[in-house]
Amino acid sequence: MSVLSVEHLTMKFGGLVAVNDFNLELEKGEIVGLIGPNGAGKTTVFNTIAGYYVPTEGTIRFQGNPIGGRKANRITKAGIARTFQNIRLFSELSVIENVMIGFHCRIRSTFIGATLRLPLYRREERMMVEGAMKLLREVGLEDVAREKSTSLPYGKQRRLEIARALATGPRLLLLDEPAAGMNPSETQELLQLILRLRKDYDLTVFLIEHDMKFVMEICERIKVLDYGTTIAEGTPHQIQNDPRVIEAYLGEVQSA
Amino acid sequence: MDSNHRRNQLLSVGGTALLIVLLYAADTSSSDYTIRILNNCAIFIILAVSYNLINGVTGQFSLEPNAFVAIGAYTSALLTLTPLEKEMSFIIEPCIWPLSVITTPFVVSLLAAGLVTAFFGFLMGFPVFRVRGDYLAIVTLGFGEVVRVIANNTQSITNGPLGLKGIAEHTNLWWSWGFAIVTVFFISRMVRSSYGMAMKAVKYDEAAAEAVGINTYWHKMLAFTTSAFFEGVGGGLLAHLITTISPTLFTFFLTFNLLIIIVAGGLGSITGSIIAAVLVTWGGEALRFLDEPMNLGFVEIPGIPGMRMVIFSCILILLMIFARHGIMGTREFSWNVLCGKLGIGGRPR
Repeated sequence: MSVLSVEHLTMKFGGLVAVNDFNLELEKGEIVGLIGPNGAGKTTVFNTIAGYYVPTEGTIRFQGNPIGGRKANRITKAGIARTFQNIRLFSELSVIENVMIGFHCRIRSTFIGATLRLPLYRREERMMVEGAMKLLREVGLEDVAREKSTSLPYGKQRRLEIARALATGPRLLLLDEPAAGMNPSETQELLQLILRLRKDYDLTVFLIEHDMKFVMEICERIKVLDYGTTIAEGTPHQIQNDPRVIEAYLGEVQSA
Repeated sequence: MDSNHRRNQLLSVGGTALLIVLLYAADTSSSDYTIRILNNCAIFIILAVSYNLINGVTGQFSLEPNAFVAIGAYTSALLTLTPLEKEMSFIIEPCIWPLSVITTPFVVSLLAAGLVTAFFGFLMGFPVFRVRGDYLAIVTLGFGEVVRVIANNTQSITNGPLGLKGIAEHTNLWWSWGFAIVTVFFISRMVRSSYGMAMKAVKYDEAAAEAVGINTYWHKMLAFTTSAFFEGVGGGLLAHLITTISPTLFTFFLTFNLLIIIVAGGLGSITGSIIAAVLVTWGGEALRFLDEPMNLGFVEIPGIPGMRMVIFSCILILLMIFARHGIMGTREFSWNVLCGKLGIGGRPR
């Protein structure tokens, strides 16, 4: 059974068709990329899967259960975590608190139990702190755990966002331009990190990225969107040589 | 860290004990005037700290505390008045049935005030949290007015514009400061728990909060309902301090005062709310000398009634210019910081 299956997804905003008849099957453990020129509808696809938009048409199934139109927090709880294109950390909170919040949706204590610090909550809080520290070690941020999240340099903020997403205990990770704004060595580190996390946490990864070198290296399959329509899909090698993709990115080849 | 924790607990217990000793001293040897101000301080601490939970911690700018305080005040007053007193007060229309015969002890009436207000807050939360930002402020402001208008017109429950008179003066330093301590304890513990962290997450970035699985709607409701509970208790204490309540007491001006307190103290800081509540309540009295004629040596100023409010406004303006995030910003008092500053034991974290 596939982890995520999207069938005939269409998303319209008034008269604008942002995504048209999008189909996707993600098998367990895959890393699949979504590319396309600016405004192609990539982030709209993400937002619809993650529950920020209610799809105009089509079905989205996660591990067999329909999730289309559910609220974002319920989709996260079901096991889909995401990061954002423009980093969205909780600015005034410390690095470790940012990650601890990810565990909050799984705790069983009620607010009364948490406020009065009953034994169950104490255990859960210890689990949250330890879990957050483990994830911070995983992404190499354990030495800045007590610092304010916005004081971190850009590349570290990106990794913190990934750690926060992992704290929610996902099966599927949606990464929206994880390498944006990174230099080549940071990008290389990120690549290794994603591969390692996939193995350790049994993840399936679906990502949007503009850095072609990164996408070609990490993805097993790629889908290409242009004006909301899927124009190509296949292995990195196939995509690189697809004339429609080249046309979408570089424009039509004019015959002299 | 562990030894610090033990030390901090001891210091907290010691601090509370010191406060009790000071209250005992004030209770036995101070004038009625001082005691009245201290009671007011405690009640405004309760109101400000609980208002800060929804406005500061959760970041949902709302303007309804006057409604909550009114509901709490009426509930508890109606419960402590005896049937005979109610019969004498309700001269236009008699009080409706169950209320006309019920009398409960003071503490029961306070808890009932909290629960009834929390229930109203809960119901009110359903519609109001469908909007956010400026719209939330407007809708909650509307609710505040609605409650006041209802209090004015339900003659057989609230006695309308005549209000309730002759409420027993049950509120003393022990009740008011006791509930202030409970409120501060409960809300600060809540803010430090993961529920509080989730509320802060809602404040800083609602979309990201949803992305980490936080049900933003229910966390807003939780903050709002908890806030309502303590506003209600505060209202009950207020009613039994001033002994006469009428709808005119619960206008937007009350909300406005509380808003000044939490903004001046620092939105999101419980410590700030406490400091500002004391400063505003006590300061309003301390500045009274400004209304009297003054002789500055070279110039004589005749007494201008209201002069203190002018000075008070100027102080607020200065505060907003030089400390835009309030007295405390979003920081909180901590024994670790205090001990670190004083250079006593423990290592800085």
